[in-house]
Parts: sequence; structure tokens; C-alpha cells
Amino acid sequence: MSSPNGTPTKITQGSQTKGGIGESTLRPDGTLKVTGEFAYSSDMWHEDMLWGQILRSTVAHAEILSIDTSEALALPGVYAVLTYDDLPTEVKNYGLEIQDTPVLAHGKVRHHGEPVAIVAADHPETARRAAAKIKVDYRELPVITDEASATAPDAILVHENRDDHHAGHVPHPNIVHRQPIVRGDVAAARERADVIVESEYTFGMQDQAFLGPESGLAVPEEDGGVHLYIATQWLHSDLRQIAPVLGLPEDKVRMTLSGVGGAFGGREDLSMQIHACLLALRTGKPVKIVYNRFESFFGHVHRHPAKLHYEHGATKDGKLTHMKCRIVLDGGAYASASPAVVGNASSLSVGPYVIDDVDIEAIALYTNNPPCGAMRGFGAVQACFAYEAQMDKLAARLGMDPVEFRQLNAMEQGTIMPTGQPVDSPAPVAELLRRVKAMPMPPERQWESSEGADVRQLPGGLSNTTHGEGVVRGVGYAVGIKNVGFSEGFDDYSTAKVRMEVVGGEPVATVHTAMAEVGQGGVTVHAQIARTELGVTQVTIHPADTQVGSAGSTSASRQTYVTGGAVKNACELVRAKVLEIGRRKFGSYHPAWATAELLLEGGKVVTDGGEVLGDLADVLEDEVVEVEEEWRHRPTEPFDLRTGQGNGHVQYSFAAHRAVVEVDTELGLVKVIELACAQDVGKALNPLSVIGQIQGGTTQGLGVAVMEEIVVDPKTAKVKNPSFTDYLIPTILDTPTIPVDVLELADEHAPYGLRGIGEAPTLSSTPAVLAAIRDATGLELNRTPVRPEHLTGTQLSEG
Amino acid sequence: MRVNFTVNGRPQEADDVWEGESLLYVLRERLGLPGSKNACEQGECGSCTVRLDGVPVCSCLVAAGQVEGREVVTVEGLAEYARQRAEGGCATGACGTSLQNAQQWEAKGTDSQTGEGTELSPIQQAFIDAGAVQCGFCTPGLLVAADEMLERNPNPTDADIREALSGNLCRCTGYEKIMDAVRLAAARQGEAV
Repeated sequence: MSSPNGTPTKITQGSQTKGGIGESTLRPDGTLKVTGEFAYSSDMWHEDMLWGQILRSTVAHAEILSIDTSEALALPGVYAVLTYDDLPTEVKNYGLEIQDTPVLAHGKVRHHGEPVAIVAADHPETARRAAAKIKVDYRELPVITDEASATAPDAILVHENRDDHHAGHVPHPNIVHRQPIVRGDVAAARERADVIVESEYTFGMQDQAFLGPESGLAVPEEDGGVHLYIATQWLHSDLRQIAPVLGLPEDKVRMTLSGVGGAFGGREDLSMQIHACLLALRTGKPVKIVYNRFESFFGHVHRHPAKLHYEHGATKDGKLTHMKCRIVLDGGAYASASPAVVGNASSLSVGPYVIDDVDIEAIALYTNNPPCGAMRGFGAVQACFAYEAQMDKLAARLGMDPVEFRQLNAMEQGTIMPTGQPVDSPAPVAELLRRVKAMPMPPERQWESSEGADVRQLPGGLSNTTHGEGVVRGVGYAVGIKNVGFSEGFDDYSTAKVRMEVVGGEPVATVHTAMAEVGQGGVTVHAQIARTELGVTQVTIHPADTQVGSAGSTSASRQTYVTGGAVKNACELVRAKVLEIGRRKFGSYHPAWATAELLLEGGKVVTDGGEVLGDLADVLEDEVVEVEEEWRHRPTEPFDLRTGQGNGHVQYSFAAHRAVVEVDTELGLVKVIELACAQDVGKALNPLSVIGQIQGGTTQGLGVAVMEEIVVDPKTAKVKNPSFTDYLIPTILDTPTIPVDVLELADEHAPYGLRGIGEAPTLSSTPAVLAAIRDATGLELNRTPVRPEHLTGTQLSEG
Repeated sequence: MRVNFTVNGRPQEADDVWEGESLLYVLRERLGLPGSKNACEQGECGSCTVRLDGVPVCSCLVAAGQVEGREVVTVEGLAEYARQRAEGGCATGACGTSLQNAQQWEAKGTDSQTGEGTELSPIQQAFIDAGAVQCGFCTPGLLVAADEMLERNPNPTDADIREALSGNLCRCTGYEKIMDAVRLAAARQGEAV
């Protein structure tokens, strides 16, 4: 079939300057994005295309007694209605690590909103109406919603007959994975403690709430295959899960990355990919599926809600003695990324502090709540909320300044993690705290003016609930530690194909990777790396697809490190070949060709002393140099299943925040006045984009501090607020100024010394806001998000 | 039903429109103008913001039949709209656009997939220059809303900007670079006068 409208094309970007790393070059796709020309996956359009619709379960846990699709099929305009029985092969499940997720429900649904049937029709409304005519007869089962119900002696197993690789070591089949970490002698260390602080914390379920809904277009191809235009975080991971279900070899499932409207972890798992392909192959027509916001809340995993029990001890001179914690993550009905989230939560549960004696346990549950998996911060977020609250409590008990107390216990390069892994690159935790504390404070009563109070700058805003009465300011600090890259022995590689040729008399580099550009600016950085390494100004970014090797996931703050590293490596190999051509052609004219260290700069071959040996255009003439190569960072090891010991992580990333809030203590309304951040980025390849990442991550942390929570009814396990009317994310009015102080301490192990940066600011933002609210109110506040009733005491129950 | 209206200065006719279709759907799926975005389709996120007879609206909440005979400006026509406003002798930029003026202009076609050589409005250029675009899904709606605010209020305070853009959700940027972009566009607009 012909290519659909919205098929991505190459983008060529020139540069007035060198445009290399360290410059704030602008996005190559910026013009397309501000003119409305950039095609997102929901913008794809094909002549004669059909619309797909998914019927989802209305209950959380039930046996399916029968499904009757006859009325739906009879509706004019309907081309296909598929259920489990129509799946073409023996492979009927998928999953990132554990293949436990049915493509379509088989005899049972395990969470509210699980896909049961799919429809293709000639208009989206026809498809919706047809889906509504499918009759599903459910026999409801009791719901498992928390640890107590999951591990009760007579608990129903969410998944029977587990045979995954965690099944053998978990204490109960309703526990996906368990990771303990033990180090030192907690009992002995506890004896040395002068103060002990013990608390239970609750972290609510956060949604990624990317704005571009799950969507894509599947186009059947003449060879019996299918071409999927899709918004995802990892094309090759999708491909590995899609092809077996369709019964096609991977080379007959072509994947092209369409425009991605944000991700934040929510596109690691499949959503509508297989459904669109099944309908396209069944009908022989292109099929487009676009979720609406309601469906999007059911269509992707969320951040794990958690219960965290922490005990810390400290001596009276302020040194931490020991830490015991137990972190219970609710993974919901399917495993998704839960095992890896458990690994992160446990291995980062101590935070960026030196504590030699620890006893740690993290588990993820199977329940009938919505499935949870990857979201920015990935297990480290929940832990940071709890250990930072603990730090403030300890400092208060000791009568110490909370920042000084943290600095006294801060890790540094050389510190041994609880996993036994030494931190072998800069860890400027105390310095980041110093910097963020030293930033100027926002003025007091900034809402006052000669004309009275500007209510827009007060808690409650234009609701006009206060003109300053009852408003109290608070200040809070927090710092966090996040791992960069995939951990625990995962083969976390990327691939880049780089091509160099002369076009119109000018050397041009083309970079082709399968990296998912989800907004982070990877395409900007790839062009910068090519300019730095190859001395060109013109760089063409090839659309991401599966015609090149895997780039790994746009997750875990890893893409600039890993795919950036792959692009750098491929450029170096191209450069070597170009120089070889130059030596062959011109080596006899100048001895420096043989002896000097040669570079490519400004379109020329130059010596390290700056002498020009020739134009790249003359060296290459009509030759094309192309290299495709995989690149890997240092390998990691799994954590021992009993002790948690192992060099599990590649790199760590640190950020610190200071929050300033004003709280209307009478109504429980919070206005965050400022959220200052200091972060070590190793090397800012693109400072403008780095700051944008830090501010964006900070704001997502703010969201889960004061407003964002998916509310699940504990009696029915049904989601109560699947809309932007009821699930609130920060608006521009809720978001304060976010001054950023960027520190650049190179990590010698990483390309250009860079440090993955996307997630660390999401960690410390939330506990800093909570600390500021505690400072303003004097309340303990052991749960996030904080709601008005928690501040006014008008609701005592947890719910 | 058939709906006749003007989009970015061009008369458009949409046939076979189902009565329940929104203006957003007709723009995106029937007229080949997917620039207006579909992030929530319930009037909460502002990503589908267009101008309807000059007034910013969520096009997802406008029934297609309601636009019969009316003027719509989308992000695809924003550059040309701003250019004609600038040339229309409205030095302050605060005059708004009369229906008569709106009817006199037509958006120029663009078929460039890379956007090479595209003429941008000041607010579009400022969004690129300030780093206000990440995933870009909120960008079209924010551009239409911000452009309309600068038309009304060429010298906005920060509080004015926040109030005017409070109906447009962004999940990537934390809004700081969006604030920078609007300040930048306002400053450039001031210099140009």
C-alpha cells in the first residue's frame, strides 16, 4: 500500500556556529512542531483507513462466562470484531520481562479496563457504538487490593501456575519479585544510636499523563506483513513482543517511529500496537487507533503506589548509624516493569547517604489494581519521598539544621552502596545542597502590591479565598540519587548508523538510529555529536525505524549516554575511514598525514596543531562512508537474591531541591512559590535542553506532592478519576519559577563525561515540597500527595 | 450534513459530517489539518485551541455544525495570520482582527516536510528560540492562546501570562521556557514597534 499521510521524513539541520556539543543548538524538529506540520502518531492518515476501538472490562476481577459479538458485527460500517478466540497463534500474551499480559482477555479479567475485544469500523463513532453492543457476561470475583488481601491464607492467586523466573524465589505467588539487601550488622549499629526514628509512609499512584494519546496506524503490506507507525519508547522491544502474536517473522513487521507526544515511562509497555496490527491483517485495510484521555488512563501502566516503612538511627553528633526499611510496591494485575522497579527501590532505598549497616526489603505485589510499571524515577521516587522525610525528622530530633545534617552524612565518590558497589565517579551531594541553599530566596509576601493583594499569586488563586489571611510560608530541602541506564546485568546497548558524503559540494553527515525521540531532544544532541566528531555543519537525522539495530529504550535517563555514545562511536569509526581515504589520496603530499593526530573541523582535515591538510569534500569526492555499530557501556551484574550484593548500576545521578511554599492553613491550600534545583549533569551537551529536562522533571515531582493521584476504590478496584477533570496535573498557575544551578563534574567512564539527567529532578522535588509544607504547618504528613483535608484535619481516614 | 466555513482564510466544505463530530475532528480528519491536537477531547488541556471568529476556543468542545459560516484560525495559519495583522496597520497589535480583515487573507500553502524556509510568527519563533518545545504536543494550542493574549496585551506581566495560559496543559517543560518564550515574543514585538 502507499505511504500514509504523516510518514516521517529526514530532517536536515545546518548551523551558523560549530553547533557541536556544549552549545544550546535548537531542535531540528522545532519548526515542524510550531507550525503544526510535525506528524504525531495520532495524526497519521491513510485513504480508506478504518478506525479501531477496544472494548475494556467494566469490572476489576471476574470470570468471563460469555462474549456475544453478533450485534456489533451486524452494525453497518463494522469490518471486524475480534476476541481471544481470533488470535492467530499460540502466543497470546506479551510483557516486558514476564509475558503475563493477555492481548485480549481469556476467560478472566484481572483489572478494571482490561482489553476484552477489538472492533474495526469506518468511523470512530461507529467503532465505539459497535464496541458498546458487545455483550460480555462477567461473574465477579473478590478483588485483591493490598498486601494483606494478596498474601492472606485463602487469597485468590492473580496469576495461577506461574513459571516466570521470579516465581521460584518469591514468598507468595501474589508477589511478583522480592529483593532484600543486607549489609553490616544492624543490631549492633542500632545500639550506637542516640535517636531512632521510625515511620510508615504512603505514596499515591501517579500517572505519566503524557499529552499525546496512545495511537498509531497499522498498514497491511503486500508480502503479508504489516507496517506500524507508532509512538513508543523502544521500537525493538515492541517488535519482539508484537511479531510472535501476529505469527510473523520480525522482518515482516516494519516499525517506524511516528511523532511521540511525551512518554515518561508510560510507553514502555505495549498499548494498542498488537490490536491495530491484528485488525489491519484481518481486514486488509489500514487501521488507526487513537485513545481518548479516558481510555489513556486505562491504556498504560502507572507509577507504583507504595507503602514504605523506615527506621533510621543517628548518634547525637548527627551521624547515621543504621537503616531498616520495607518497601511494598503495588504492581497491579500484570508484571510490566515491576521486577526492575523492585531492584531500584531496594538498591536506592538508602538515598545519597553513607550508612554501613542496613536491612532492606522491597517487594512488588500482584493485585487487581491497575497495572503499574515504569514512570520517570522508577522506584527511586517513592524511596526518596520516605528517606528524605526521615532525614528531616532525625535532624529535628537532634536539634540540627536539616541541610547540615544531610551534608554530614552525604555520600561522595568512593562511598560503598548498600549493594557493595563503590561509587566511582563524582557524587557531589553535599555540594548540591550547599548550592541550592545558597540561591537567593524569593521575596516575602510577593503577592502584595500597592493595589492590594494579587490573588493570582496566593493559595486558591482567582477563587479569591484569601488576601493573605492565614497564609504561612515554609521552606524545605531534599536530595536524591537515581541510577542511569538499565541495571542488574541487562545488556543495555545501542546502535548507530552514521554516513558521510558530499552533497552539493559540502560534507553532510546522516545519523540513523532507532532511538525514540519523545521530546527529550535526542535528535538535537545527535546532530551536535556528529558536528563535533566529523567537523560538518549539515547533519541529516534519519527517521527512527527498525531498519537499523536497536537503540534500547528512551528510559532510565539513558539515551544521551547510550545512543549518544553509539553515535559518537560510529562517528569515530567513520572519521577513521575518512582519514584512511585521505591518507591514500594525499598522504604523499604532506608528512602530517602519517604522523599527526588528525581531526575533522570546519569541513576540513586538520592536525592537532591546527594545520589544514585538505577539504573533506576533496578527500571524499563521491565516496560514501557508512558505519553501523553497536555500542555498550560498562557491564553490570545482577543483585544477589538473598543479600542484594552486586555491581548492579552503571552510573548515578544526583539533584537537590529547595522548595518555598505558602499555605493557607485555614483551607489547606498550597501555593508553591519557588522550586530551586541544583543538579550535577557531568557535561551539559545542550544546556538549554538540560535545563528544560530539570524543570520538567521538577514539575512532575511537584504534581505528585500536591495534586496528582489516581484514586482506586479499595472495595471494587475501579479507577474513580480517569480524566483531566479529576486527575489534576500542574498548570502554569500551579507551577512556580524553577531556578536551576547546573554543576558539571565529568564522569570519566561516560561519553564526554556526561551524566544521565532526566529523572533525578523528579525524585527530590516531591519531598522538598512536602518538607516545606511541614515547615509551614507543623504537621507530620507521611503521605503524598497532600490534599487540603490532610492540612485542615477535616478528614482523618487515609482514603 | 455539510458544513461550510473558513479555515485560515480559505473557504472549506466538509461533507458527510456526522452531527456528533467536533470541530477538532473535522479539522483533523476531514480537512487534513491535524495541527490542532487531541490530548483530552474534553476541554481540559487546551491542546486543540483555535480561534473562532477571533475568540480562542477548545475546538474539541465545538460541534462541527456550530462553525457554519464562521472563521477559524488554526496553528497552521498562525504565521500568516500574524503577518497580516502586523501589516494591517495595527501597530499596538491590540486591535484584534475584524471579520472583514480576516476574510481578506489566505494562508499560504506549505508542503515542506522539514519546515525549511518556513516563515514563522513571532510567537512561533520565540517558542523555538527559548526552548519552549519538547514533545510539542501542547505547542499548537499554546501558540494560538499566547498569540491571542499578546494581541490583547502586548506588555503582559508574568501573572498575566500565567492567567492567560492556565487553560493549556504542558507535561514536559514545567512551563518555565514557555514563560521565557512569551516574554521574548513580547519584547521582540515591543522592539519592532
